Amino acid sequence: MNQFAELVRVLGTSTKTNDKLDALANYFETANDKDKVWVIAIFSGRRPKRAVNSTQLATWCIELTGLPPWLFEESYHVVGDLAETIALLLPEDDLARASHSLHHYLETLLSIEKEHESIRKQFIVSAWKSMNRSERFVFNKLITGGFRIGISQKSMVNALAKSIKLDPSVIAHRISGNWDPVTTSYDELLSEQASAADHSKPYPFYLAYALEDEVSSLGDPVEWQAEWKWDGIRGQLIKRNNELFVWSRGEELMTEKFPEYATLRDILPNGIALDGEIIPSQNGRPLPFALLQTRIGRKNITKKQLIETPITFFAYDLLEKDGIDIRGSLLAERRVLLENIVKQVNHPALILSSLISYSTWDELSNLRKQSRNIGSEGIMLKRRNSSYQVGRKRGDWWKWKIDPLVIDAVMIYAQKGHGRRSNLYTDYTFAVRDGDKLISFTKAYSGLTDKEFAEVDSFVKRNSLEKFGPVRTVKPQLVFEIAFEGIAASNRHKSGVALRFPRINRWRKDKRPEEINTLEDLKKMLEIYGK
Amino acid sequence: MALIEFSNKGLCCLQGKFYIDPWKPVDHALITHAHSDHARWGSDSYLCHTLTLPLLQLRLGNNNYQKIEWEEPIFINGVRVSFHPAGHMIGSSQIRVEYKGEVWVISGDYKTEDDGISGKFEPIKCNVFITESTFGLPIYNWKPQPLIFQDIQDWICKNKEDGKTSVLIAYSLGKAQRLMPCVSAVTDNIFVHGAVWNAHQAILKAGVPLPDVKLVSNEFSKEDYRGAVVIAPSGAESSPWLKRFGDYSIGICSGWMQVRGNVRRQNADAGFALSDHADWKGLLEAVKETGAEKVYTTHGFQAAFSRYLNENGIQAAEVKTEYGDEESPEALTEEPKPEL
Repeated sequence: MNQFAELVRVLGTSTKTNDKLDALANYFETANDKDKVWVIAIFSGRRPKRAVNSTQLATWCIELTGLPPWLFEESYHVVGDLAETIALLLPEDDLARASHSLHHYLETLLSIEKEHESIRKQFIVSAWKSMNRSERFVFNKLITGGFRIGISQKSMVNALAKSIKLDPSVIAHRISGNWDPVTTSYDELLSEQASAADHSKPYPFYLAYALEDEVSSLGDPVEWQAEWKWDGIRGQLIKRNNELFVWSRGEELMTEKFPEYATLRDILPNGIALDGEIIPSQNGRPLPFALLQTRIGRKNITKKQLIETPITFFAYDLLEKDGIDIRGSLLAERRVLLENIVKQVNHPALILSSLISYSTWDELSNLRKQSRNIGSEGIMLKRRNSSYQVGRKRGDWWKWKIDPLVIDAVMIYAQKGHGRRSNLYTDYTFAVRDGDKLISFTKAYSGLTDKEFAEVDSFVKRNSLEKFGPVRTVKPQLVFEIAFEGIAASNRHKSGVALRFPRINRWRKDKRPEEINTLEDLKKMLEIYGK
Repeated sequence: MALIEFSNKGLCCLQGKFYIDPWKPVDHALITHAHSDHARWGSDSYLCHTLTLPLLQLRLGNNNYQKIEWEEPIFINGVRVSFHPAGHMIGSSQIRVEYKGEVWVISGDYKTEDDGISGKFEPIKCNVFITESTFGLPIYNWKPQPLIFQDIQDWICKNKEDGKTSVLIAYSLGKAQRLMPCVSAVTDNIFVHGAVWNAHQAILKAGVPLPDVKLVSNEFSKEDYRGAVVIAPSGAESSPWLKRFGDYSIGICSGWMQVRGNVRRQNADAGFALSDHADWKGLLEAVKETGAEKVYTTHGFQAAFSRYLNENGIQAAEVKTEYGDEESPEALTEEPKPEL
């Protein structure tokens, strides 16, 4: 466990990518194979199931330390991370400690998942006692989840490639998909001989960068294919061995979540992988992301939901046909094959993401202005003669999003942030005006520089009116421009609207709180864009 | 009338007609230690410990100073006053005030662990104890000095191996000198920033031995700094001043480094929770050993600390003062101090 804790420490504090890569490569060269498999699993987003929850961890820590619960809370708000709070509060005794290996703790944790609470408690407490502070921190972090390692999956793949003789793209593919770190050995996963036994595996997604220059900088429009950019969940639809798999970009298997896809299993040709968007739609027109959210994570789906929010798949690329990886062929060729397949399948759940026909950049710029009206968030530009690459790469794929919607609002609540923003007020709630009242309508956590956050933080500390637990009510004085991608009706919010991806666009130091937008303005936006 | 009143100029003894660490100019100021939030400009006369005097001269220039040794009682307008080691930095003192059998102790800033350079903190029996509470939460429990020094030394040696300069960020007055024995145990090649240099000279002048250091200047090249240790005050870690060192690694020495988020926020390569303030256990121990019937908690997490004391049978109340904390990241940017 110590070796892993040290790795996490270096990854978390090092400011240089090369130092992080070296630390990872060094880990993969020296750690034992079982631990390595777990590290690959963890760093590619495969967390062990939660055998205990945060409340239990907190309760047991309070019991062990004898601290009053309010002081635990107070400490938590200063640290901004539960796992770390517990690691800092537990007494460090001088007993000779001998921590076990990473896989020992994780696999024991899995094995007691169904046991009585007292057994799970006993395991956690004795695990804590066997560890030092930094080991406890990573252990708790593994349990509570939300582990920001400070390194991307891509970097981990590169570090692995450094220590074994495999191409990064091969490794990326091997570690994707549906494998279990408990039963998979390091050799099975990564040795040169290992065959890709798992037929569910998706391909690593090819991701686009945002187009920042003028669109004309891309050259001749003839070389480019334009499609609408959809706001759903990026996914791959795969059928192999007569089984259907739906993967999200986060490599979560979503096949069971959307029963709409089940019928595709029987009609899709075998040995196929489609890239596209998981998105609800009616008559080929996408529905707002907020509606997709009503379907995500829901186990029991009503008939009404299936009718009102049917989930579809907007396909825009074909990666595998007849069991053969065709990512190396040209987009124009893949597109023809894709169109044939969608036509042949002819099923309402599988929709061909249509191309935009245009001949000049000016014409396309004009078409782009209609994006919001057809439920799209802009345009995707893909080079017709490009192959399907791995990860985020510049050059052949660009997203050309429309400008966000904006509204001026005043900050009314503030709360301390987490992670590197711990003990700083960085999480804010904003309100618009409704007559002489202020109505809260959104939270936003990002968009300011560190310097601006420090400035707002000191304002909050000097101007808080009331304290509700960790939340401070703040004198409504600071005006911000809030940007967002979409708006939908919501009966869970006082304002009656829910925003898509709200963030702070800029601090309007030039505006007074009397000059902010009104609830009426928000409702107008809902009328225009949210239906 | 209480022996010590909390006035808008600072802690005031009306009977003795003096103030302790006033934040506005007064006639008679008693100074616990030389940090700028406790020793402020503009008073007519200053009384401080012998070792504090040269540091006040460094900070405030020439003034009407009077010095006093630890445990050396004097009477001011009938009030018995004595200074006692606080262990916070060189010369730092607690101030004991006695009148008609009632004893108050003002802690100033303190730590209970003996760092070998600041004098050993001495608990003093009193009726009322006014204590700092900079780190008054149970998440703050420091590693013993030898262990944290070991961490710092390991880090320096690793950097040296990699051909890097180790830049240690430490408060120029106090923390920087405390680090000297730690650093000089692994290298003779020590450079300091101008602010640390000035404090270094003042302390040497006061007769406290310190190892030889070199002032960072344009006379030296990147090659000279390779593998060396540089000690610089907070603020330097994000300034172009660092460019002269070529390949370097930054380690921040401050109690705030106890929490990971602070290390990450400051983009440091390493954070060492080395503090000159008492940790949670230190504060509790100190309070208990005074035997005080009433405790006032000031600057830091005073609300949480006083509530905890009250729940544990020690009558306590929080007092707002204008003392800050020289270790706080906010202190670098002159931001107002958090009020908690």
